[in-house]
Amino acid sequence: MGILEELYQELVLTRYKAPKKRGTLPDPTHTGGGKNPACGDQVELYLKVEDGKIAAARYQGEGCAVSQASADLLAEAVEGKTVAEALELAKKFKAMVVEGRPPAPELGDLAALAGVAKLPSRVKCATLAWHALEEALGEGV
Amino acid sequence: MDPRALKKDFPIFEAHPELVFLDSAASSQKPRSVIHALARFYESAYANVHRSSYRLSEAATEAYEAARETLARFLGAQDPREVVFVRNATEGVNLLAHALGGRVGPGDTILVTEMEHHANLVPWQQLAVHTGARIRAVPVTEEGRLDLSAFDQLLAEGPKIVALAHMSNVLGTINPVAEMAKKAKEAGAIVVVDGAQAAPHLPVNVAELGADFYVTSGHKMLGPTGASALWGRLALWRELPPFLTGGGMIERVELEASTFTEPPARFEAGTPPFAEAVALAEAARYLEAVGRDAVLAHDQALTRRALEGLKTIPDLEVFGPEGPDRGGVVSFAFPGLHAHDLATFLAEKQIAVRAGHHCAQPLHQKLGVPATTRASFYLYNTEEDVDRLVEAVAEARRFFKDWIA
Repeated sequence: MGILEELYQELVLTRYKAPKKRGTLPDPTHTGGGKNPACGDQVELYLKVEDGKIAAARYQGEGCAVSQASADLLAEAVEGKTVAEALELAKKFKAMVVEGRPPAPELGDLAALAGVAKLPSRVKCATLAWHALEEALGEGV
Repeated sequence: MDPRALKKDFPIFEAHPELVFLDSAASSQKPRSVIHALARFYESAYANVHRSSYRLSEAATEAYEAARETLARFLGAQDPREVVFVRNATEGVNLLAHALGGRVGPGDTILVTEMEHHANLVPWQQLAVHTGARIRAVPVTEEGRLDLSAFDQLLAEGPKIVALAHMSNVLGTINPVAEMAKKAKEAGAIVVVDGAQAAPHLPVNVAELGADFYVTSGHKMLGPTGASALWGRLALWRELPPFLTGGGMIERVELEASTFTEPPARFEAGTPPFAEAVALAEAARYLEAVGRDAVLAHDQALTRRALEGLKTIPDLEVFGPEGPDRGGVVSFAFPGLHAHDLATFLAEKQIAVRAGHHCAQPLHQKLGVPATTRASFYLYNTEEDVDRLVEAVAEARRFFKDWIA
């Protein structure tokens, strides 16, 4: 499988074209945003945290398939997780795309983005929503 | 002009034989003669300029001033003292926006265009913020040209400064600068032309253009990074205050006040990029030897071939005008597919293009797309390069077909 087929696989393509979690929340408790000034990609993340758990997650934004599919998969993955679990997931995701580590099992569908690690110029697209998550949950970037 | 022969002058293509380099509008590759001129200067002729009385320093000073003469000739300037060396085009515009600041006041108009690179827009916005002036912009038409009747109307507001690109870095449009400069001067404006895209690709003669300042980008015209020629009328240079201050630009310094020397030194504070300027002069000679008429004709032939090919690809939107006022830049986009995804696809086919807003966000807002993918041509590009681009874009459409709206 070539790098293009690896990166732009069906799941990434589908989430870009038919996202599951795109939208806003009427009463978010946490929000975070990120922009890549060089390319204009942006993601705004909305979280509703109840009793230490992320009850709902949505995002809005525009940009390339990698940045938007990553945001959509993120929102789906963190719903139902505790804040600590979500931040741990962010670390594992970044280990996969920044350091090129094999995907941790907890990443589930997010493993579809593993190919980004081979394209240094696109890593920041994949991590954009995750920085927004860390900002929203007060971990900084 | 034979691009295959010229390509052999550029060592990068020996290091990367498969590379289809279509990003010269961002920065050009360098011929061996320029690289060697830089290395030779550092190896055997290096000492600081304008400082010392030993032979090596004197020779370095002579080489630096000879580079100024070469760049003056290259731009059609009357007097080498009209050429100021700056780091890059961005610094050139910032220098002017600062030095011309005293000529702009509250309520005055600074006229730009919708197709400006941020380098010829943001410094003027900052000047407007600091002086209470306002920015007005000449609109871009559907075809990607400047709306000249709107320009005439905007001139009626009596702008103090008119700042415009000679050639658009996104649309490839070559603007009728001579005609516009004449009208702007008649309206009493100081005319600043951003020649970053034009100077590498077409014959530039500042005497014929009739503007007051002409900004260039050395690294886009085969030169090294860090040195660029900024041309201005000597009479204006003489009137203007410095931008950066410090060593090299003073006449007399006392503890509480200083006076400044004559141009061009007044505008070259600190140790200038003299080794880079010497190599830039070599780049200018290379372009003069090839002939900028030939470079333009070559760029335009490749552009026509690219436009013809790209137009056959369904769904692809291609921007910019067609005709003799079109230089070697082609930007395009598939609806529903982001420019970066397309650029990544091309990169995997060894085709180097640029994706994004190309430092021209207002123009992209006008075009109604957040980003485009841009191919740009230069003297080392061949028809095969263009054909590989067109084939790869067609292949990308097949690969991403479900995404393209």
